[in-house]
Amino acid sequence: MEIEHVALLARLKLSDREKELFSTQVGGIIDYIHKLNELDTSDVEPTAHVLPVRNVFREDTLRPSLPRNKVLQNSPGKDESFYTVPKIIE
Amino acid sequence: MELFNLSIAELQTMIKSGKIGYAEIADSVFSRIDAVEERIRSYVTLNTEQAVGQAKQADNNSTDEKHALYAMPLAIKDNICTEGVKTTCSSAMLRNFIPPYESSVTEKLKEQGYILTGKTNLDEFAMGSSTENSAFGHTRNPWDLERVPGGSSGGSAAAVAADECIAALGSDTGGSIRQPAAFCGVVGLKPTYGRVSRYGLVAFASSLDQIGPVTKCVKDSAILLNAIAGHDVCDSTSADVPVPDFTAEIGQDIKGMKIGIPREYFIEGIDEEVEAAVKEGIRQLESLGAVPIEISLPHTGYAVATYYILATSEASSNLARYDGVRYGMRVEGDDLIDMYMRTREEGFGAEVKRRIILGTYSLSSGYYDAYYKKAQQARTLIKQDFENAFEKVDVIVTPTTPTPAFKVGEKMEDPLQMYLTDIFTISINLAGVPGISIPCGFTAANLPVGLQIIGKHFDEGSVLKAAYAFEQSTEWHKRKPDL
Repeated sequence: MEIEHVALLARLKLSDREKELFSTQVGGIIDYIHKLNELDTSDVEPTAHVLPVRNVFREDTLRPSLPRNKVLQNSPGKDESFYTVPKIIE
Repeated sequence: MELFNLSIAELQTMIKSGKIGYAEIADSVFSRIDAVEERIRSYVTLNTEQAVGQAKQADNNSTDEKHALYAMPLAIKDNICTEGVKTTCSSAMLRNFIPPYESSVTEKLKEQGYILTGKTNLDEFAMGSSTENSAFGHTRNPWDLERVPGGSSGGSAAAVAADECIAALGSDTGGSIRQPAAFCGVVGLKPTYGRVSRYGLVAFASSLDQIGPVTKCVKDSAILLNAIAGHDVCDSTSADVPVPDFTAEIGQDIKGMKIGIPREYFIEGIDEEVEAAVKEGIRQLESLGAVPIEISLPHTGYAVATYYILATSEASSNLARYDGVRYGMRVEGDDLIDMYMRTREEGFGAEVKRRIILGTYSLSSGYYDAYYKKAQQARTLIKQDFENAFEKVDVIVTPTTPTPAFKVGEKMEDPLQMYLTDIFTISINLAGVPGISIPCGFTAANLPVGLQIIGKHFDEGSVLKAAYAFEQSTEWHKRKPDL
């Protein structure tokens, strides 16, 4: 497993020590997981959900929602009505 | 006997007879918390002030009809959102998160007038089997402070076992209610997937997560399930099926009930004392008229591998929301991506990072079919095992765990060994069926052993009926740790 590539996909910064440790540990877990290859699944449908869940629709009507100040209350970066983030356009 | 020792059912009887008032219950529970919490550390946050204020008013309410959970001091796992009360998931990421809304389960408890004692400790984001992966310190097992309470709902199970609440809610993704219930000698029920709304439960693995009760006895489990079960428009995966009165299901005899004993659950590596206690438990059920039938769940040995692909894949997606923007921690960086990466580096603990890496890997381009799809196919086979078994039997009986509670630190260096402690509980989540763990004995070292009873989809009634019959014919649930 290319740990740096996977960590970048997951937006996780890892220290050198973590890279080494997780490579070994996750590698060991993946080795264990390879036992699934003992199973012949060529004719088996995958299960994403145990219950027969279908799309659930509702009427498109107005319902009360949270006020803006409550939505923003836990944000680590905000002004009066927006989240603030680092500049992404030069 | 103190009030804090009692169950919901026992307290209701005392209130009806006029022996006690509602206010005394919370007073008693908080005096208990004062006495033992320093040693057990079940709680991340105590809600003392609000709870005591609420208790003072509890007897002034002149309404004649009081709900079953009125003024009952209950603890809630700290991954279930409580409006205005900090909900951390035991993660540095959410150290200061105060939910702006109430989860559906606690909304229902509020409608009954419950008292929130506090929010209980867990493995960070419910990822773990020992409650050692908490950013706020580990919880101890009340039966032996050197041992873990199990996890991830270890705080809830320890709080119930130590009488630091009358009952609690936990969540169970691969055994996180049943395994700690077994380790702490209490009753833990994972309902059928879809039975209880997940709205307001911080998502870990959405196709597996389910909220359920952790209680001192089976009747309380039925009372709490009555309170929290049912369809919810806020959770599109909650099932729109009838909800029976679960307290009416218990108390009937179990003569002729067919109980399946899967041979794959009595394997090499199972602790001898655990095996002996569970086999004695099966004989006890037989003496009550149940009929044991040997069955096979042939894909049991693949459950842990299947689970650790599916649960980590779902987790890697669910935890993408922690990006330092809308809530939680933020660590500034050179640019947006750097901010994400530093925030997640600092905000997440080691086990959460490991699982995000494994999940991201199994979903990544070129590996999806080999891992994620393969695991979904294995899930189908595991689910079919249960469907086939339930054509022959009414419930299935197994040990909850292969060993009693292990020592603090014992498995922290070896994640795979930690994962394998869930070997008997994981299949139940993959199949979506309900399962309960009840006390069925103690080891020579006075550690509790759990018996697991598994039912068909939406047949918690049979599970509770068998559990209640067993419990009422034994004394195990009456034992208390010496604190």
